[in-house]
Amino acid sequence: MELASLVFIVNIIGAGLRTGTPLLFATLGEIITERSGVLNLGVEGMMLAGALAGFAVSYGTGNPWFGVMAGMLAGGTLSLLNGLVAITLRGDQVVSGLALTFVGRGLTSVLGVAYVQIREVPRLPTVRLPFMYDVPLIGPNILWPLFGEQNIVLYLGFLLVPAVWFWVERTRPGLHLRAVGEKPAAADAVGINVAAQRYLYVFVGGAFAGLAGASLSLAITPLWIDDMTAGQGWIAVGLVIFAGWNPWRAVLGAYIFGALRRLPLDLQAVGWLPFASNPILGVWLEMIPYLFTIVALIFSSREAIRKRLGAPAALGIPYIRGERGA
Amino acid sequence: MSESQFAFEMRGITKRFPGVLANDNVDFAVREGEIHALLGENGAGKSTLMNMLNGLYRPDEGQIFIKDQAVRFSSPREAINHGIGMVHQHFMLVPTQSVAENLILGQSAPRFYINYSELEAQVAELSEKFGLAVDPRAKIWQLSVGEQQRVEVLKMLYQGAKILIMDEPTAVLTPQEVTDLFDTLRSMTASGHTIVFISHKLDEVVAIADRVTVLQRGRVTATVEGKDTTKAELARLMVGREVLFRIQKAPAQPGAEALVIENISCENDRGLPALRNLSLTVRAGEVVGIAGVAGNGQTELAEVIAGLRAATEGRVIVQGQEVTGKRVAAGEQSEASKGGSWDIQVSLDIGDSSINLSKGDERPEKQAAPIMVSEGLAYIPADRTGVGSSPNLSLIDNLILKAYRRPPIGKGWRIDLSLAREQAEKLVEQFNVMTPNVDTPARLLSGGNLQKLILAREISSRPKVIIAVYPVRGLDVGAIEAIHQMLIDERNRGTAILLISEDLDELLSLSDRIVVVFEGQIMGEVPPEDERVDEIGLMMAGTRVEAVHAS
Repeated sequence: MELASLVFIVNIIGAGLRTGTPLLFATLGEIITERSGVLNLGVEGMMLAGALAGFAVSYGTGNPWFGVMAGMLAGGTLSLLNGLVAITLRGDQVVSGLALTFVGRGLTSVLGVAYVQIREVPRLPTVRLPFMYDVPLIGPNILWPLFGEQNIVLYLGFLLVPAVWFWVERTRPGLHLRAVGEKPAAADAVGINVAAQRYLYVFVGGAFAGLAGASLSLAITPLWIDDMTAGQGWIAVGLVIFAGWNPWRAVLGAYIFGALRRLPLDLQAVGWLPFASNPILGVWLEMIPYLFTIVALIFSSREAIRKRLGAPAALGIPYIRGERGA
Repeated sequence: MSESQFAFEMRGITKRFPGVLANDNVDFAVREGEIHALLGENGAGKSTLMNMLNGLYRPDEGQIFIKDQAVRFSSPREAINHGIGMVHQHFMLVPTQSVAENLILGQSAPRFYINYSELEAQVAELSEKFGLAVDPRAKIWQLSVGEQQRVEVLKMLYQGAKILIMDEPTAVLTPQEVTDLFDTLRSMTASGHTIVFISHKLDEVVAIADRVTVLQRGRVTATVEGKDTTKAELARLMVGREVLFRIQKAPAQPGAEALVIENISCENDRGLPALRNLSLTVRAGEVVGIAGVAGNGQTELAEVIAGLRAATEGRVIVQGQEVTGKRVAAGEQSEASKGGSWDIQVSLDIGDSSINLSKGDERPEKQAAPIMVSEGLAYIPADRTGVGSSPNLSLIDNLILKAYRRPPIGKGWRIDLSLAREQAEKLVEQFNVMTPNVDTPARLLSGGNLQKLILAREISSRPKVIIAVYPVRGLDVGAIEAIHQMLIDERNRGTAILLISEDLDELLSLSDRIVVVFEGQIMGEVPPEDERVDEIGLMMAGTRVEAVHAS
C-alpha cells in the first residue's frame, strides 16, 4: 500500500482511539448499569457533570488525578438520582433518565460559566512507549502513531474492557449483577439484596460516565465549554445496544464512532473526495453517529428485538417483591 | 422434653395484609423425614404461611421453632442457613445463566473468582447423588419445565436444605414428570430430608403425603394421616362442603358441524412446524377434548382457530363460514398487542361486511353493527392476564370488550356506560365472580375469579363455538367445579366446545370425545372412559391409535 494512504488510514484509526475513549468509558458504564436491570438515559448529563467537576478540581488543586476522582464522584452522585427514582420510587426510568440529562446540562451550564475562559488546566499525562517504534516492519508507521504516544486514558480504556468483562462474567459479584438484571426475584430468593446491588451498579455506571467526561475535559479536548459532550452520552446509550451489552463489542463500537466523529474533519483534507470535502455535504457524515443512535434506540424499544440482541430481561423494570412476572 | 420429633413447628401464626387476614392463628408442625402436604384452595394462605417459614415474610404474631428453638428469619438467606429451602411455583432461576451458575447464586463460596470447570464437576456429582439428572452447563431457558424444577431442588440441596418446601410443584408438570418427581421426593425423605408439599390437588396429596394439614381461609381445619384419609374428606375440609369430582352430565346430543378444521398446518413462535395437516370436527352440543403433553401444538391450534396465528395451509370453518386468519374479536387481543396484530385488525375491518352469520341466526338486532366473527366463536385463552383480559381495566371494561361495538352497549361512537355497568353487575352475580365491585381492576381478581370473568364475557356473547385452553389450570377445586359446570351448561345449550387440557381427569370428566395430539398431528380418538387412560398416555407419547390397538 502506498505510504500516504496508509498514514491516512492510521491517522483515522488513531483519531478513533482518542475520540472513542470517552465513548468507551460511558458505554462500559451504561452496560454495567443496564446489566443490573436499571436503564439510565442520563449518561449525557453525567458526562457533563464529570467533565466540569474534573476540570474544576484539576484547575483548583493542580492535580488532574484529583480531577478524575471528582469527575467520577460527580457522575456517580448524579446517577443516584436516577437510582432513587428507578429503584426506590419505582418510577419510569426513561423519564428519570431524561430528567437527569437536563439536570446535568443545566447544572454544568450554570456552574461552569466561570471556567469557560480558562484555557490552561493541568492535564492527564501522555504515556510514551518508545519500544513501539522499534518493532520491525509495522513499528514506525502503524504501532507508533497508534499506541506509542497517547494519553493515559487510552491505556486505561484498554485495561478496563477486560476488567469489566472479567468482573461481569467470571466472578461471584458479577454473577449477582447479572442475576439481578435478568431475574431479580431469583436473586432475592437466595438472599441477594436487589436494591443494594442496583444502587451499587447505578453508581458505578455513573462514575464511568463521570470518568468519560473527565477524560474529555482533562485529556481529549482539555478545556471546558458549555455542553461540550455534544450528544456523546446519547451515542453511548445507543452503543450499549449495538454492543449487545457485551464489553468487548463495546470497544469496537466506541472506536468506530470515535473515528466517525473525526472523519468529516479528516476527509476535508483529502482533495479528491468531492462529497465529504463539500462543507455542506460533509454535514451528512457528521450526522451518522446521531442517526445511528436514533435507529438503535428505536430498535431497542421493540421488545422482541431487544430480547434477540441480548438485553437483560429485567431492564427498566422496577423490582417489587412478590409481584408476578418479576 | 428430649429431642423434638418435629423438624419445625409454627405456633399461633397470624399474618395480615391490607384488607386480608391471610393466616389466622395457624399451628403447623412437621415431623422429621415426612412428606407433609399443606392443602387448601387458592387464597387459603398456604403460600403465605410457607413464605414466613422461608423468611420472605415475617409473621405479625406467633413463633417458629426449629428443633424446639425459636427462630426469626428476616430473609430467605437466614432460612436457608437453618436448612429451610423453598421451591417456588414460579421458578426462581435466572433463565440466561447455566445450571451451575444458578446453584451458586447467593452462596458464600466461591468468594470471588468462579472456577467453572471445577464447579460444573461438583454439580454433576451432586445431581448424580440425588438422581436429578441435568447438564450443569445447560442454560436454564434450554431446559424443560420438569428439568428446571430439578434444578430448583438441586439448588436447595446444594445450599444444604434439610427441609424442602415445594409450592405446587406439579402444577407445571406432565403426568410422567409428576411420577419422577414423586420418586425423587420419596428418595429424599429416605435420606433424611423433610418435605412440605403445598398443593390443591387432592389426588396428588393422597398419593404422596404421610400427613396432611388442611387450610381454609387462613385457618387450619385439620391435620390428618395420609393413609387414613380420602379425597372426599380432604375436599370437604378444604372447601367446607361436599364437592363433585365428576361433573354430572347427560349424554351429548351432537348436532350440526359447528367447527371444522381442514388440513391445518402452522408454525410456532420459533418458525418450526407446530401443526401438521391436522383435521378435526366439533359438532354443536358436544365437548371434544384435546389431550397431549404441552408443546405439541395445542396452543397453536387454538390460536389458529381464533385467528391469532396464521395457518400455512388449510382452512378453519365456523358455522359454515370460512374464518381462516380472521380474528375472534377486535377488542380481544389489543392489549396484548402481539407483533402482527395491526394488519390482521385492518383486514378484519375491511372484511367485516362480507362475513355473515349462518342462516337461522336469531339475533337480527346485531345486524346493524359490523358483524364480527366474534359472534360465533368464543376463545378462552391459556394466558388469562395477557390475552384473556386486560389487567388494568375495570371489570366493567373487561366484560364489554366484545360487546362495546354493538348495540345496545355501543351507541354509535359512544358507549352506554350505565347499561354496561348494569350488565356487568348482572354477569358478576350470575357467574359468581367474587369482587368488591365492578370498578375493581381485573388484575386484583384471583385466578379463579378472573377465569369466571372471562367465561362470563365469552358465554354472554352467546357463542356457537367455544375454544377453551387450559380453562382450569392453577385453579382450586371450588373454582374448577364452577368453571366446568359453566362449560357443560353451554354444551347442553348446544354450543360446540373444543377443550384443550393437560389434565386427563378434566378431559375424561368433561369431554364427549378425546382426541390425542402429538407433534402437531392427531394420534387418534378415544372415548372418555377411565379404563382408556393408559391408551391415551401411549398416544400422548406418540403412538398412533392403530398401533396401540395392535399391541
